[in-house]
Amino acid sequence: MRAIVTVIGKDRVGIIASVTNLLSRHGVNVLDISQTVLQEYFTMIMLVDASRCEVPFAELATLLKDAGEEMGMQIRAQREDVFNAMHRI
Amino acid sequence: MIQRHEILQTIQMIDQQHLDIRTITMGISLLDCADTDIDRSCTKVYDKICRLAGNLVKTGEDLEAEFGIPIVNKRVSVTPIALVGAGTGAKSYVPYAKALDRAAKEIGVNFLGGFSALVQKGMTEADRVLIASIPEALAETELVCSSVSVGSTRAGINMDAVREMGHTIKRAAQLTADRGGMACAKLVVFCNAVEDNPFMAGAFHGVGEPECEVHVGVSGPGVVEHALRAVRGEPFDVVAETVKKTAFRITRMGQLAAQEASSRLGVPFGIVDLSLAPTPAVGDSVAAILEEMGLESVGAPGTTAALALLNDAVKKGGVMASSHVGGLSGAFIPVSEDAGMIAAARAGKLTIEKLEAMTCVCSVGLDMIAVPGDTTAETLSAIIADEAAIGMVNNKTTAARLIPAPGKTVGDTVDFGGLLGTAPVMPVNQCSPKEFIARGGRIPAPLHSLKN
Repeated sequence: MRAIVTVIGKDRVGIIASVTNLLSRHGVNVLDISQTVLQEYFTMIMLVDASRCEVPFAELATLLKDAGEEMGMQIRAQREDVFNAMHRI
Repeated sequence: MIQRHEILQTIQMIDQQHLDIRTITMGISLLDCADTDIDRSCTKVYDKICRLAGNLVKTGEDLEAEFGIPIVNKRVSVTPIALVGAGTGAKSYVPYAKALDRAAKEIGVNFLGGFSALVQKGMTEADRVLIASIPEALAETELVCSSVSVGSTRAGINMDAVREMGHTIKRAAQLTADRGGMACAKLVVFCNAVEDNPFMAGAFHGVGEPECEVHVGVSGPGVVEHALRAVRGEPFDVVAETVKKTAFRITRMGQLAAQEASSRLGVPFGIVDLSLAPTPAVGDSVAAILEEMGLESVGAPGTTAALALLNDAVKKGGVMASSHVGGLSGAFIPVSEDAGMIAAARAGKLTIEKLEAMTCVCSVGLDMIAVPGDTTAETLSAIIADEAAIGMVNNKTTAARLIPAPGKTVGDTVDFGGLLGTAPVMPVNQCSPKEFIARGGRIPAPLHSLKN
């Protein structure tokens, strides 16, 4: 299953490292990354493959959310279906 | 692949504009729980609900985490209890309400609907018992919701039932006087009731429905309001198009959740209800959408036209996004659950008469309206009759959820807490309809009910 991970918050050193580290520990493969920094605000969008994720996807989403809160960022993992449903006919 | 701006737009809708899936409601048939002994029947009811809906809340929470979208309510609707209880010969159905309440608490849902009777053409003995049980049933339970259908386009209006419901509402208010008449917030009187409505308090599982199914109710007034901000001053053609596109997106999300919930729970998908349902939170208001269209306040001249456009555009946008649309589908205008409506009612800018006009063009009716505690049963019945007449003649669902708040008068406020919100007590016309309501009988179905 593919999912979209978004990371939004104030820029700082090591954001990508922390997130990708957590993903790799759970067997999640990163397929694509794009990021921008606008007026100190960091926005990263990742397309990931979570089909070999070692924990249920809902749990991965919670782990990422908690890790985000520790860094003062908002991190979300949502199934790609959500965006396809909303933006593609 | 999905574009960056589309991803961020979705996240913004959830984060800042209160986009949510308002409810996943499981409809359960209780027809096979009938018995000659009411206690045995109640046990069957409790067991069946716990067996079929045991995983409902967990499934809803899993979907919430995976989709990253709040699913605010998980609920259950059941077969109208008057049908289930008919064979028992019992003189009160309060034991059913208590069994339903226990089951709702056991499975963790936040409301359960179906303590209901369908009496649009006449009452059976069981319907009489059910209606007589409503005040006590609602006062002694927390999560059970009740509805009574008193009219339809095909059957006309059962004015005996309308008269009875005025007294029932008064009694329900008295029994919960310490809670502002809370029982009345869980009681809806319908004309043209729908059998697959996922929204409370009027949800029940009709006899034409399958053994078990899941419905989803979507929402998102904040998203529509936000989208309209981008087209300020543009003609109504643009307004309608903007609402349609937004409704499409919101509904697709509901359809996705409904399909996924249906496959995980192993029960058929019923319908998606395309409704704009407000919450008391700021930025989640249907009134604010109407005001965004250019009205100083909801209730101003123009409100009915604005609501008509909104209601129609929501349906047009949503209908293509879902394989099965049903329920109430349209814009809701519950006064106590909408920050904009509360403010307008409190300031005297929104009256019951204007709300009545609005119910001609929106999805339901006079919803969550607190009136002075000394309002007579006849006046309540007459307001219900007016609403039912609008529904009957216009081939649409209308409803009344009125709260004669005990000991309160115009200018006071009743606080129900949570999603039910805060209701300013609104003035009611003081002329008496006593003799009108005393007549009873049936108002015949209109000519256009004869379509065959």
